[in-house]
Amino acid sequence: MEHGAVTKDFLGLTFNLSNVLMITVSSVIVFLIAVLATRALSMRPGGMQNFLEWVVDFVKGIIGSTMDWHTGGRFLALGLTLIMYIFVANMLGLPFAVVVDHNLWWKSPTADPTITLTLAVMVVALSHYYGVRMKGFKEYGAEFFKPMKFLFPLKIIEEFANTLTLGLRLYGNIFAGEMLLALLAGLGTSGIFQGVFALLPMMVWQGFSIFVGAIQAFIFTMLTMVYLAHKVSHDH
Amino acid sequence: MQSLILGAATGGINTGDILFQLVSFIILLVLLRKYAWGPLMGIMKERQSHINSEIDAAEQSRQEAKTYLETQVEELKKAREEAKAIIDNAKKQGEAQGEAIIKASRDEAERVKEAALAEIASEKEKAVATLRQEVAALSVKIASKVIAKELDESSQEKLINEYLQEVGESR
Repeated sequence: MEHGAVTKDFLGLTFNLSNVLMITVSSVIVFLIAVLATRALSMRPGGMQNFLEWVVDFVKGIIGSTMDWHTGGRFLALGLTLIMYIFVANMLGLPFAVVVDHNLWWKSPTADPTITLTLAVMVVALSHYYGVRMKGFKEYGAEFFKPMKFLFPLKIIEEFANTLTLGLRLYGNIFAGEMLLALLAGLGTSGIFQGVFALLPMMVWQGFSIFVGAIQAFIFTMLTMVYLAHKVSHDH
Repeated sequence: MQSLILGAATGGINTGDILFQLVSFIILLVLLRKYAWGPLMGIMKERQSHINSEIDAAEQSRQEAKTYLETQVEELKKAREEAKAIIDNAKKQGEAQGEAIIKASRDEAERVKEAALAEIASEKEKAVATLRQEVAALSVKIASKVIAKELDESSQEKLINEYLQEVGESR
């Protein structure tokens, strides 16, 4: 199950064209869902507006469970975009994968550690940015020496560990799911008997992957808010 | 240009992917904030304030209705009391008027009776006075007649009878 990827160097940067394609597709799908759902806004919501308002309330609940709303309200747009983007990205690789000349084109963008780590680094960087901006550099810096001064090295390690676990957790879950799907698909296409045999586990695993994709989107957003709260809250 | 890799893990760092992911996510964030989350939050906030104001209005109208009801009950009670007072008054007045009328008619009857009695008495007195005058005049006449002529007993008797008869006729 080894697939290659088409890469292209441009302006001294290396682009994996499959990632570029899937990032674009995910972004466009999320944008279309959100914008189409909010085209005909009404005081009495129905259909898609209802769904999106449910998502908004869900993310509000996530933020509300980690920090008070006065502080956390500004992160609502970030949380909403994150949870929808990651969920859609996780779902993209489930129904099928497209392989052209042994190069994998259609997959979940979140099945690539580069992408998930980029998101994780972005979140952690944002948490530091808001920490400095909302508490001032002095108080922000002082957080690294609490509750004991000698814990400073651990605090530094914690930041990197947070980033790595945040990104790799998402990558690992989605990549593993796609890997097993690809194996099952390979098994299923190798013969009639294998095809019948692979059908049931294939369906089970796809259903489980939908569950995992949703859970991972939730966990990523939840941890984002936890890290942000950790940096911007005064009460610990 | 191509690298054989496991899954999507790439050899080397795909710096372009990092940049592209970052830029596309930020663009998505900005676009959604402007075209989706903003209006959605707006309508949710609007609905919230609408519900709030509706609840307030309902509360207010309930309060108003309560006040109205209270005043209405008060008014009704007052009207009832007033009506009762008017009826009582009228009854009392009627009774008083009746009594006054009866008293007035009694007085009137008394007065009429007294007047009648007084008239009767004065008439009687007048009659007595007239009789007296006439008796006196008669006596004088008889006396003058007796004195004017000397009469025998029989003729005197005859004379007296004549006069008496005269008196009787004149009565």
